[in-house]
Amino acid sequence: MAQPILDIQAITTCYGAIEALHEVSLHVETGEIVALIGANGAGKSTLLNSISGLNPPRQGRIVFDGRDVTHLPPEEKVRLGVSHVPEHRQLFSTMTVWENLMLGAYHRYRKTPKHQLDADLQRVFRLFPRLEERISQLAGTLSGGEQQMLAIGRALMAQPRLLLLDEPSLGLAPLLVKELFQVIASLRDQDVTIVLVEQNARVALDIADRAYVLETGRIVLEGMAATLRTDPRIRAAYLGGHMPETSKQT
Amino acid sequence: MKQWVKRKDRIAAFLSWRVILMLILTASLVLLLGARKNFGWQQYVQLTLDGLRGGTIYALIALGFVTIYNITGVINFAQGAFAMLGALLAITIDDWALLAAWPPAARLFVASLVAIVLTMLVGILIERLTIAPARDAEPLTHIIITVGVYIVIQGIALIIWGTQPYTLPAFTTLAQRDVTIRLGGLIIKGQSFWIWGTTLVSMVLLYWFFEHTMLGRALRACAVNRTAARLMGISPSRMSLFAFALAAALGALGGIVLAPATRPTYDMGLSLGLKGFVAAVMGGMTNPGAAVVGGLLLGSIENIGAGVTRAGFKDIFSFIILIWILLFRPSGLFGRPHTVEKV
Repeated sequence: MAQPILDIQAITTCYGAIEALHEVSLHVETGEIVALIGANGAGKSTLLNSISGLNPPRQGRIVFDGRDVTHLPPEEKVRLGVSHVPEHRQLFSTMTVWENLMLGAYHRYRKTPKHQLDADLQRVFRLFPRLEERISQLAGTLSGGEQQMLAIGRALMAQPRLLLLDEPSLGLAPLLVKELFQVIASLRDQDVTIVLVEQNARVALDIADRAYVLETGRIVLEGMAATLRTDPRIRAAYLGGHMPETSKQT
Repeated sequence: MKQWVKRKDRIAAFLSWRVILMLILTASLVLLLGARKNFGWQQYVQLTLDGLRGGTIYALIALGFVTIYNITGVINFAQGAFAMLGALLAITIDDWALLAAWPPAARLFVASLVAIVLTMLVGILIERLTIAPARDAEPLTHIIITVGVYIVIQGIALIIWGTQPYTLPAFTTLAQRDVTIRLGGLIIKGQSFWIWGTTLVSMVLLYWFFEHTMLGRALRACAVNRTAARLMGISPSRMSLFAFALAAALGALGGIVLAPATRPTYDMGLSLGLKGFVAAVMGGMTNPGAAVVGGLLLGSIENIGAGVTRAGFKDIFSFIILIWILLFRPSGLFGRPHTVEKV
């Protein structure tokens, strides 16, 4: 088997004084969508922050594409192809949609010809046509759904090989969540590997290939998404028990 | 619509009864004091014009404060040192024997450019040697560091240039004597136009830089959301360096254009730096446009205040304004009242 694009070896990460992750190991193969599910405070976001470098681990190793990147800062990692859509979207709220998208391409702005950037911009607009309508609007004035689209679009402008998505469904109406996850699933066909953090386990497992379940900073379960969807423990804890057809969260 | 309501609210807050009362009281006090000296409107306009000259320099220095504060969160009290370095370096280079054969205009131009570049280098050195190692320190630590840096620079300047005042030729005449333009009963020095002109040009350039270049956008992005900026590949440490270089250039430029109108000394940076700080605080510390308005207002207010009382009282007015703003409008003249800016 080819080596995984991301290989995490027993990392321990602290969030302030608290140990948020304890010897977590996982791997992501090229072209996969891997979901991380778990309750609030289980360490899902901390795990993404460790991967992107915002909160580097105290112990353990992170190998991206065969290279040890454990202590590389985020501004370096994005150059290697790791793009992180963080919690709460973290847009440049007082800047326009266009500026946000262009800043997404900041790390390759000088090396990339302008027509290439325009083509990439058009690609993002094909995924999220709403962004094109709002191109000169300030990011802070967008609706929640549009902000999430912009956050993902901005990350795509970096041309990532590995995309880390933190709670893309947060605060969105169910219909919008469905739409958004269709787009996320379609990214796989464009050679983007995705690690998806979600509290809304149902939608995450629907598009993921594999999933890890985190509980208080440890991985307690891993498996194929299709298997986990029917796992009674998962259904009880994260899929709203006996009501498998309706999503628990909006 | 929302935006508009907000603006209306802000104007309403700005013109609250307390502020109006304060303005009326201050205005009548000024007029009363002025009446004792038989001041007509002409005197007031003259005082304002002269005040605007100094105010423009405060605005340039305030822009430096705002740039550094927005991007790094550091209040750089060494800001005034940049103005002093700009002025004294330009004078020294202009007097340099090797350049004596050059035409005076070219010499002045080259001296100014080199002085700005050297001051930028000092800014970069300050950032790398004193701010970068203490990146994660408390704001108070940063303030103490920058005050210390100012004292060190002033000390070095004292060793190099001594205590005596220097002169730089006026830009119009290229001689010590400047032209004066009489307009009605008003007198305006030629150098004032140079001060206003260069400041205006540099502000337009600065606006263009921040709005229309990728580096400018990256700097703004870093100010708006540091975490997100890092995830885009924008290095905060690099942006911090740019911010210090930019602020140093602005300060140096201010010092140089001001030099012919004053007599630069090794310690001129102290008062300029503090006034620039007051102007930045008037603008709410984060808004460059408001900081410029703050600088112009401060310059004219202190000059009118000094005009109707005594010249020596000039500084008092700046600090009354500072205390008043910090007490009643910590988010600046144009910010929402009674809220403290997030750091």
